Amino acid sequence: MPQPGAALLVVAVLLPVSAAAACFLAPRLARGIAVAVALGLASVVVLLAVELVAHGPLEYRVGGWGAPLGIDLRADGLTLFMLLAAALTGLPITVYGLAYFPASAAAGGFWPLWMLLWGALNALFLSGDAFNLYVTLELMGLSAVVLVALAGSVDALGGAMRYLLMTLTASLIYLLGVGLLYHQTGVLDLNLLGAALQGGAADALQGGAAALGPAWVALGLMCAALLVKSALFPLHFWLPPAHSSAPVPVSAALSGLVVKATVYLLLRLWLDVMPPGKEDLGTALGVLGAAAIVWGSVQALRQSELKLLVAYSTVAQLGYLFLPFAVEAAHAGVAWRGAAYFVLCHALAKTAMFMTVGNLQKLGGSARLGELRHVARQFPVSLAAFGIAGITIIGLPPSGGFLAKWLLLQASIGAGQWWLAVVVLAGGLLSAAYVFRVVGLAFVEDGSESAPARRSSAAEWITLAVALGTLALGFTAPPMLRVLEVGSPFGEPFGGALLWEPGGAP
Amino acid sequence: MTVAFLYALSGVALFVVAFHALVNRRHLLHKIMSLNVLGSGVFLVIGALARRAPTADPDPVPLALVITGIVVAVAATALGIVIMLRLQAATGRPELPPADRN
Repeated sequence: MPQPGAALLVVAVLLPVSAAAACFLAPRLARGIAVAVALGLASVVVLLAVELVAHGPLEYRVGGWGAPLGIDLRADGLTLFMLLAAALTGLPITVYGLAYFPASAAAGGFWPLWMLLWGALNALFLSGDAFNLYVTLELMGLSAVVLVALAGSVDALGGAMRYLLMTLTASLIYLLGVGLLYHQTGVLDLNLLGAALQGGAADALQGGAAALGPAWVALGLMCAALLVKSALFPLHFWLPPAHSSAPVPVSAALSGLVVKATVYLLLRLWLDVMPPGKEDLGTALGVLGAAAIVWGSVQALRQSELKLLVAYSTVAQLGYLFLPFAVEAAHAGVAWRGAAYFVLCHALAKTAMFMTVGNLQKLGGSARLGELRHVARQFPVSLAAFGIAGITIIGLPPSGGFLAKWLLLQASIGAGQWWLAVVVLAGGLLSAAYVFRVVGLAFVEDGSESAPARRSSAAEWITLAVALGTLALGFTAPPMLRVLEVGSPFGEPFGGALLWEPGGAP
Repeated sequence: MTVAFLYALSGVALFVVAFHALVNRRHLLHKIMSLNVLGSGVFLVIGALARRAPTADPDPVPLALVITGIVVAVAATALGIVIMLRLQAATGRPELPPADRN
């Protein structure tokens, strides 16, 4: 029997996908449709949150079939967090798109593809089936490739082509893994897969670990594919060209949401499917995450183009999402809560940063750091937004990023894994270096005549609003982390008190 | 050695050859075709595994995976060729532009 609120899960997928078709068929109405759908999806997420808190995790059996044959849509607290990240960044990206893309038909390609991308993301977050996830990965990848190519420049076409080759190869490797896993277990549903493999682990204790070998080959293929798609160092080669050459709203969606969707999928496999004995894999992922933080930050410091700086910052910040894999099991839950909150904060902060780049490019004609010093003082609102978003990226209080990194620190110190704590802190320092490199420009007297003052545009105020959102996340954490507990995606309930809850830690 | 095993083995061989070509060929059409061959290798492995026992009927679920994969491959190939043609129109060469142009 379907649960009363479960229809919301279908609406979250069906609404953007049918809007994509409508935008394609009626390009004149596309802008209006997109704004309506963005508002609609935001309200769906709010309703879903209320429903989840009241009734616990939701499940919808598509077509009434149910697992193992049918496909289930599921939502728990973690799913809701991802849907929320999509809605919180998707809404400003849509509004910013109105200002960024002219209303002409030639610029109309963005709207149907953006709706399709949003639908694919929501479907990915809600799917509980390894093969349906392959379909959503492909939908997401292909629409993202076309969105990158929309910019039309040689850089954008090259970036899109690299992205296409990467995403297709990775998807095929993922599909191979799914095929092998199905051969092993005879099921595709993630929960059933987990039950089969974790039951298999019990058998393996008697029959030798070799019994799980083939399953690990399949899981290894799926992991490798998802790591390429998540641009984990050293597999990040495709990300900077694709993310920096795309139109600005697209860059924001790619850096804020698309790369995290595959990390989310990896996390689902890690928590729900993988049998015990995965500690070495986790440590390896954590080490790569640490390397990504250092390497990406150093590269960001070396860039002369602001958009590439922001793109390399994404490579670095993604590293934080891989650190919890390495945290000892007893403390991993706290680290994962930090990472989930980090997804939300980073999505908003990166959106604000890319929007700043867009404002400087559109209104100032360039976003090269060298030339920026001459125009920086004309963009007080945009640069303020960049600085505020930087607070979250660096992880300073009172931003949401501070809270997320605090939880990561708490977990790694609690587990006695000091190297993780050092990486978290060093990453914060390095990101401070590249954020201040940009913000500092606003305070440079370049000696030339001061440029005429100009009115700040609507796009700039949107950018500032998004940046302020990252600060707001620093204050809304307690209720939001409570929603994250629905269905306890990380196993044991949250033990530690939150920093600024009554009676919390210092 | 069963026939299915032979199929699976040739699937893996196809995969390896295609991956080599995907990395080493410069012409984008070669890269796109390598992706198709790579996909065929994956489909061959999954299809071969669908028959669990030599006498049993094949399991339909892996075949459904393969059919979906083929549909995606067709769409992706078309998209790849369009981007390649745009690149050729812009640069005169059906190749990837150098990654770092700064």
